[in-house]
Amino acid sequence: MRVHSDPGGTSPPAIVFDHIDKRFGAVHANRSIHLAIARGDIHALVGENGAGKSTLMSILFGFYQADSGRILIDGQESKITSPSDAIASGIGMVHQHFMLVEPMSVADNLMLGHEGGFALAGGRKALLAKLDALARDYDLTIEPDAIVSDLPVGLQQRVELLKSLVRDADILVLDEPTAVLTPGEADRLFALLRDLKARGKTIILITHKLREVMEIADRVSVLRQGACVGTYPIVDTNEAALAEAMIGRRVHMPERADTLADDEPLLTVEALCVRDARGGMAVKDVSLMVRPGEILGIAGVAGNGQTELLEALAGLRAATSGSIRFKNSDISHATPADLHALGIRHIPEDRLRYALAYPFAVWENCLIGADDEQGSLIARQTVMGDAARLMQAYDVRPADPLLRAGALSGGNQQKLVLGREIEQRPRLLLVGQPTRGVDIGAIAFIHRRLLDLRAQGVAILLVSVELDEILRLSDRILVMQEGRIAGERRAGETDERDLGLLMAGIA
Amino acid sequence: MSAPVPLPAWADRLLMPLLALATAALAAALLLFGIGENPADALAIMLRGALGSGEGIGFTLYYATNFIFTGLAVALAYHAGLFNIGAEGQATMAGIGAALFIFAAEPITQGFLLIPIGIVGAMIFGAVWAAIPGWLQAWRGSHVVITTIMFNFLAAIVSVYLLVNVIGKEGSMQPETRLIADGAQLWTMQAMLGALGFKSPSTPLNFAFVLALLAAFAVWVLIFRSKFGFHLRLIGTGNDAARYAGINTQRMIVLAMALSGALAAGMAVNEVMGVQHRVVIEFTSGYGFVGIAVALMGRNHPVGVILSALLFGALYQGGTELAFERPAITRDLIVTLSGLVIFCVGALDQLYRKPLAQLLARREPG
Ligand SMILES: Nc1ncnc2c1ncn2[C@@H]1O[C@H](COP(=O)(O)OP(=O)(O)OP(=O)(O)O)[C@@H](O)[C@H]1O
Ligand SMILES: [Mg+2]
Repeated sequence: MRVHSDPGGTSPPAIVFDHIDKRFGAVHANRSIHLAIARGDIHALVGENGAGKSTLMSILFGFYQADSGRILIDGQESKITSPSDAIASGIGMVHQHFMLVEPMSVADNLMLGHEGGFALAGGRKALLAKLDALARDYDLTIEPDAIVSDLPVGLQQRVELLKSLVRDADILVLDEPTAVLTPGEADRLFALLRDLKARGKTIILITHKLREVMEIADRVSVLRQGACVGTYPIVDTNEAALAEAMIGRRVHMPERADTLADDEPLLTVEALCVRDARGGMAVKDVSLMVRPGEILGIAGVAGNGQTELLEALAGLRAATSGSIRFKNSDISHATPADLHALGIRHIPEDRLRYALAYPFAVWENCLIGADDEQGSLIARQTVMGDAARLMQAYDVRPADPLLRAGALSGGNQQKLVLGREIEQRPRLLLVGQPTRGVDIGAIAFIHRRLLDLRAQGVAILLVSVELDEILRLSDRILVMQEGRIAGERRAGETDERDLGLLMAGIA
Repeated sequence: MSAPVPLPAWADRLLMPLLALATAALAAALLLFGIGENPADALAIMLRGALGSGEGIGFTLYYATNFIFTGLAVALAYHAGLFNIGAEGQATMAGIGAALFIFAAEPITQGFLLIPIGIVGAMIFGAVWAAIPGWLQAWRGSHVVITTIMFNFLAAIVSVYLLVNVIGKEGSMQPETRLIADGAQLWTMQAMLGALGFKSPSTPLNFAFVLALLAAFAVWVLIFRSKFGFHLRLIGTGNDAARYAGINTQRMIVLAMALSGALAAGMAVNEVMGVQHRVVIEFTSGYGFVGIAVALMGRNHPVGVILSALLFGALYQGGTELAFERPAITRDLIVTLSGLVIFCVGALDQLYRKPLAQLLARREPG
């Protein structure tokens, strides 16, 4: 293990994780992690799903207590037993799932917990002054009276970040901040992070995108199965080396073979219009079809109607007009149960909201939408055995069917859902963001599974904001922009630049 | 914003309720001390009254029967994410239903067949009275907490009207029905034990207690072992997973409420067919509300519901003895004491979660 201390060697590191150890029952989530974060650095933390990144940060932020080990801040041992201790020590955290009160205004969210006395007016005035100062120091303006739920994800994340900055945090932790951002928003975030760094803030960045690590970090630490296997200055490493350090072997991305799809479409959508939750028209006049043995990719910047399109196809959102047909049957008004009966399955974008019940054990989650062959009483032993096999086959770790689904790391949850839906032997698979928050090894695994299904003649509709994913998997690509199909391309006839122009509405 | 602190199952299910109870006992002791009573004496009287004699035990179990049924009713709805505050009204209507069915069947039979007929009548009335708020929530979006409260008042008014004007005893000013036929009366525990050759005192305890235990087992199977219960709990998680899974959530909400109401009806069976042998006004005496505390304390698990129902049964019976023996202690004080238990168990029990978790974490490092 190599630990680089502050280059000058004069001031102590901003944070030292001194042999932090944490177990959850049988799972050893952090194995004596020893790691120093130099002041003023952007320090990236990478590792496979379940490597223990979020756990380590949760310990820093006081959500969990380490079983052993210490945390030193500026060389001083500090006892952090709650998030408020962490905030008092100058640590701020931007969680992957934002901790915002959506119906409240930006200012209210920023004041929450720091109202400054009984009357709100004083606290609000101080806050606005602070926001002004921040807007001057950084390119960081925000409308204080905007309602959080009306803001796009990029701005919500800004509110989350401001929450830390108005409390004068010097150390900022961002857990997979770019997973939900559009490329433009991600660029803006990185510009901001560089600004923050220039003003002496220390930043810890968790991400699965090694390209981002190479772009912005000063140093990177790799976690593997709970242990820190190395810390490298960014100039001494590269993407391939990091990937190998994370997984312990080379990752091979699968290639799409040239199979020819049938001509008869399995899914036909005509002139479909769908409204979003706020009543605006999100999908406008979309027509498409998918054939057996074909992957149709839907590309687009997040928030251009893909989510609503997928939900409408999956029977979770009513279409306002247009038609959806599966072979010859009209499924425009079908319920999810009807679709299951036809062999149409759905891997939703939002697994937390739709596909999993966090408080339930994994084996019970294997039954969600998949219990048709169960009698009135559930055959527990059989289901548990099936669940254990599914976890093995889809590499869900730790492979314990009795674990709560909420205790699985994000990527492992995704593999669980994927496995469950594929095991239902679909004829048509609707997939949304299959690799969001997933490590590279798991991405290769998921891609291989989807391509296997394609080879077996399954029709797949794939919605993704990751262009390389779309390009690698799709036979045909549709680009959605402001609810409409902005263009169609065949595989091999397009590239990221071309798609990017379509997505931006330029081409 | 922090997640609930995880505790080992045994600490969560056993230690936490016991700590809450101890808090309640402490508060009660202070209260008794304050009015010049010796808490230790009072406790001794309560324990003796509730458990010290065959008669005391009989009464304790009789109260517990009511609490098991109403506790199960609240617990079942809770697993579907529904807070049924209406067990009181559902039981009231169930009593009317039992009487109506029995009276209607009496011309045809006077035999034991009246018992299942009465039970079915009670369950149907209880189920319908609960299903209406369920339907209103599922299709109209009105919250069951509000509607079930209103349905309690409605049930009270409707039952008075029926008892006075429709099914009341002829020639009586009391708002109550005539007695049900002998065949419709549940066997007393005294009679049942007698048939087995055991002597026991006369108490209100009757066959409904056995039904309550059977109901608890049935609810356990339903919630934790059946597909229906799985769907019910999936709805109770509150996210859209149930819809995604293809479950008809609206139908399930109505069904869950109906089942909850049918369970609350068990309390009416105990009172109307087992003890009073007629419908008396306000025979529910607040047992439906205590069911909320019973379910809460029992962690909405049937075994927990039985245990906490026994505790509340003992509290009721012991309290009655105490009020009887100590003139300074009135019935109102007993209500205050059970209120303390409900408060500590229901509202305060999370108080110990964090310190307890920290204590346990310190005890077993690594
Ligand atoms: N509350 C918990 N209870 C039990 N196990 C847990 C809990 N939280 C995390 N774990 C386990 O600890 C390990 C590390 O999880 P962690 O969330 O830190 O991973 P991660 O590196 O953040 O992964 P990802 O990239 O998928 O988010 C995993 O095996 C996970 O299942
Ligand atoms: Mg994580």
